[in-house]
Amino acid sequence: MLMRDLGIIPAQHAGGASDQASPYVNLSRRAFVGGAGLFVLGVALAGCSSYIEPEIDAAAFDLADAGPSPLTEVKGGDATPALWIAIDKDGAVKITCHRSEMGQQVWTSMAQIVADELEADWEKVTIVQAEGHQRYGDQNTDGSRSVRFNFHRLRVAGAAMRQMLVAAAALYWKLPEDQCSAKGGLVSNTQNEETLSYGNLAELAGRLTIPAEADITLKTPKEWRYINAEIPSLTVPRIVKGDSTYGIDVKRPGMVYAVVARPPQLFGRTGSVDDTKTLAVPGVLSTVRLPDAKPPALFQPLGGVAVVARDTWAAIEGRRALVIAWRDGPNAGYDSETYAKQLQATARRSGKVRRSRGDVGSALASAKTRVTAEYYAPHLNQSPMEPPSATAEWDGDRLECWACVQDPQSTRDTLAEALGIDKENIKVTPTWLGGAFGRKSKPDFVIEAALIAREVGKPVKVTWTREDDIQHGYYHSVSAQYCEAGLDEDGTCTAWLHRTVFPPISSTFDNSVDEPSDGEMGMGATDVPFAAPNLRVESGDATGHLRIGWLRSVANIYHAFAVQSFAAELAHAAGRDQKDYLLELIGPPRKIDPAAEGATYGNYGAELEEYPIDTGRLRRVVEKAAELANWGRKLPAGRGLGIAVHRSFLSYIATVVEVAVGKDGAISIPGVWLAVDAGTVINPRHVRAQMEGGTIYGLSNALYGAITAKNGAVVQDNFPSWRLLRMEEAPRDFKVAIIPSDAPPGGVGEPATPPAAPALANAIFAATGHRLRTLPLIGAESSKLKLPAKQTT
Amino acid sequence: MAITLKINGKSETIDAAPGTPLLWVLRDHLGMTGTKFGCGIAQCGACTVHVDGQPTRACITPHDSLEDAEITTIEGVEGGAADAIRKAWVANDVPQCGYCQSGQIMAATALLRDNPTPDDAAIDEAMSGNLCRCATYMSIRRAIKQAASFA
Repeated sequence: MLMRDLGIIPAQHAGGASDQASPYVNLSRRAFVGGAGLFVLGVALAGCSSYIEPEIDAAAFDLADAGPSPLTEVKGGDATPALWIAIDKDGAVKITCHRSEMGQQVWTSMAQIVADELEADWEKVTIVQAEGHQRYGDQNTDGSRSVRFNFHRLRVAGAAMRQMLVAAAALYWKLPEDQCSAKGGLVSNTQNEETLSYGNLAELAGRLTIPAEADITLKTPKEWRYINAEIPSLTVPRIVKGDSTYGIDVKRPGMVYAVVARPPQLFGRTGSVDDTKTLAVPGVLSTVRLPDAKPPALFQPLGGVAVVARDTWAAIEGRRALVIAWRDGPNAGYDSETYAKQLQATARRSGKVRRSRGDVGSALASAKTRVTAEYYAPHLNQSPMEPPSATAEWDGDRLECWACVQDPQSTRDTLAEALGIDKENIKVTPTWLGGAFGRKSKPDFVIEAALIAREVGKPVKVTWTREDDIQHGYYHSVSAQYCEAGLDEDGTCTAWLHRTVFPPISSTFDNSVDEPSDGEMGMGATDVPFAAPNLRVESGDATGHLRIGWLRSVANIYHAFAVQSFAAELAHAAGRDQKDYLLELIGPPRKIDPAAEGATYGNYGAELEEYPIDTGRLRRVVEKAAELANWGRKLPAGRGLGIAVHRSFLSYIATVVEVAVGKDGAISIPGVWLAVDAGTVINPRHVRAQMEGGTIYGLSNALYGAITAKNGAVVQDNFPSWRLLRMEEAPRDFKVAIIPSDAPPGGVGEPATPPAAPALANAIFAATGHRLRTLPLIGAESSKLKLPAKQTT
Repeated sequence: MAITLKINGKSETIDAAPGTPLLWVLRDHLGMTGTKFGCGIAQCGACTVHVDGQPTRACITPHDSLEDAEITTIEGVEGGAADAIRKAWVANDVPQCGYCQSGQIMAATALLRDNPTPDDAAIDEAMSGNLCRCATYMSIRRAIKQAASFA
């Protein structure tokens, strides 16, 4: 059952699994089985036309109490089948998805995992979107980890349910369980041709004891039918009809529409407000003054004035007519040009050592050649095509919200705090997300909707316009980096120094923090996989003046840009081929532990034993991408190939970009070839889509992406000044190779982004001899390309 | 003052402020949310509908300028080109988040109707007004070519 009604979201769907509330509330020991639906029997089976399936009367079985669920704490969380699976009498299999669907196809992949172990008939599988609730464990759909976190427990849940269905059939037939076998939604009697359908067995199965994990047999990879298969998306057939509910599409009876005028600066304040003209705009109903935001930023709204109207357009027009005297806050002086110089000066000074081996100082002093380079990357905005939007309904005691949020649990917690009510009185249901990229893991826009709804006493939908999205975001951090290396007579790298300076995301949660966190440092800096005998990674402090937040692949973006650009610069200094030199820098296949060299390294929350930094896998993707791109082929003048490799979110990706630079300096990208090792893959279609999408996201940001501030306010406002890559600029040739692997699953949503920018910059160098070290590449930087080509380092 | 618009072959009475863009009339007054808001300034194509068959940005088109027009939205677009595009979109799993895809499908349907065998250049020209942050561009090219082969 889907949120198929385009109109008001039916309560039982909006509530996710709430139509099955009782077993959850009582935390039943039994697998829940839905009772609704038409029960059709008498299905004649092919090759067994005389067989009529008997209807099972579950009530006729006298069963002991099933006891508590033994699966509440398997690896990854609660695998109790009732939490994830409901089977109707008619055989419909409803799988609960507790993660947010934002284009990564998590509805389909989660369903594939459960349905495979369950041996469900795929045609009967539908998804129920879970509301935000701690019973599901982690629901924060970021960090490319939905599959990694849930692969095991969803398999266990599916397999447990399958075994219970088999046990129910055995009980009915009075057979030993090993003479019953489950496949495609049916349990067969292996002694004859009789079958019982899951829908028929479900109620009886639901009364049986849930097996302990030790008694559950998971399928072997060879037995998988839906996992690692090209299963079509469960969302696409609805999308092509326009039958889809995103946050911005939610409708409630009596709903009104709001937009908010926010202070231009972070922690700017609202002074006098004249809404006379606003209230005269046809359709405007009222204005609501929101409380000023105070540091730290957290997930709280930014303050300002909401305009409430009978449609979104009237609200926008009403906002235009507001006269507000904004008061400067502590960030009024933030100016990107000035700040860049400050960051760069910090990057040139010694910083805090975050990883060290050997003696970089003496190795640099004795090096035959020393190479230095400085890199700069600006703020970026996530810009999902659906801007933030949320609908809130307040009935005096209880609050219900529907919104495009990546984490309904933190949304609920933040709402409870902001409204001063118990979270048990708050229900948050994620809609589909029209893209997210990290923006929608911050629920500030939902809090706005709730505050306004409480004020006006009607359901309220808050819509952010594109200008709101670009000017009031949680921005990817601005960064300056300094790299220095020493090469010996053979050009071998003997010393590697990398210093990185950026306002940390932690500054959003504690404005006194200006030191990059271990997590950010572990995204491409302290986990650098190079073999140089002397290596040091340092950080420098920087203060945040905008809300700094996650953006697809986070700190990996600027770190990979510097590290992989510098790798190619060293290749050039050594007179070597980029790809060969990159492999030499990586060194022989081995496993790296940054902690052994003083780093506090989190490895994306995973154990290094299970998810090592494996240079053998890194080398393999480099070699595969090079092979795919036909690396080393002769290219016409003005064309070049660049390569970059990066491990992030526990997956390994190498990207080759081809560029063509015209005489006028115009850059185009005829081709991209990419190799990915993401461990076990649930659906190759999803991996290819994320590789294409993540790469283009990286290329778009690298070519055009720059959020800058003046007087504390963001300068860019809509797609002309915040430019995104368009169809005509997308590579005509884009090939992806997925390395077959039985390693545990890594992430795929983010890791294609980091290698894109350095591969592009390296290709531009190969094509023109110009090394571009400042992002974005188009603009001041690319004007260099109009000069006659010359070789530089 | 209420006016009547013809949307997906059906007459709809609209009581919105003069000058209200068609986008918000569709979404907020008629509950037809298949047509999406992306930028409000005709830069992203998420709001593309057909007005008398022509791809049109609903976010900048005043609804009261369309009294005599045939308006078609993603909920109502049909015919050989639309069927072929939808089929190819599903076969290729083109959408990721899907938010921009109503607009992409409206643009692609008009392209295929007017040019049954578009090459890469024709596709790029027809589709470059439609942004996709998930970057389904390569899939869209593949799907339009496949849709052409269905026809």
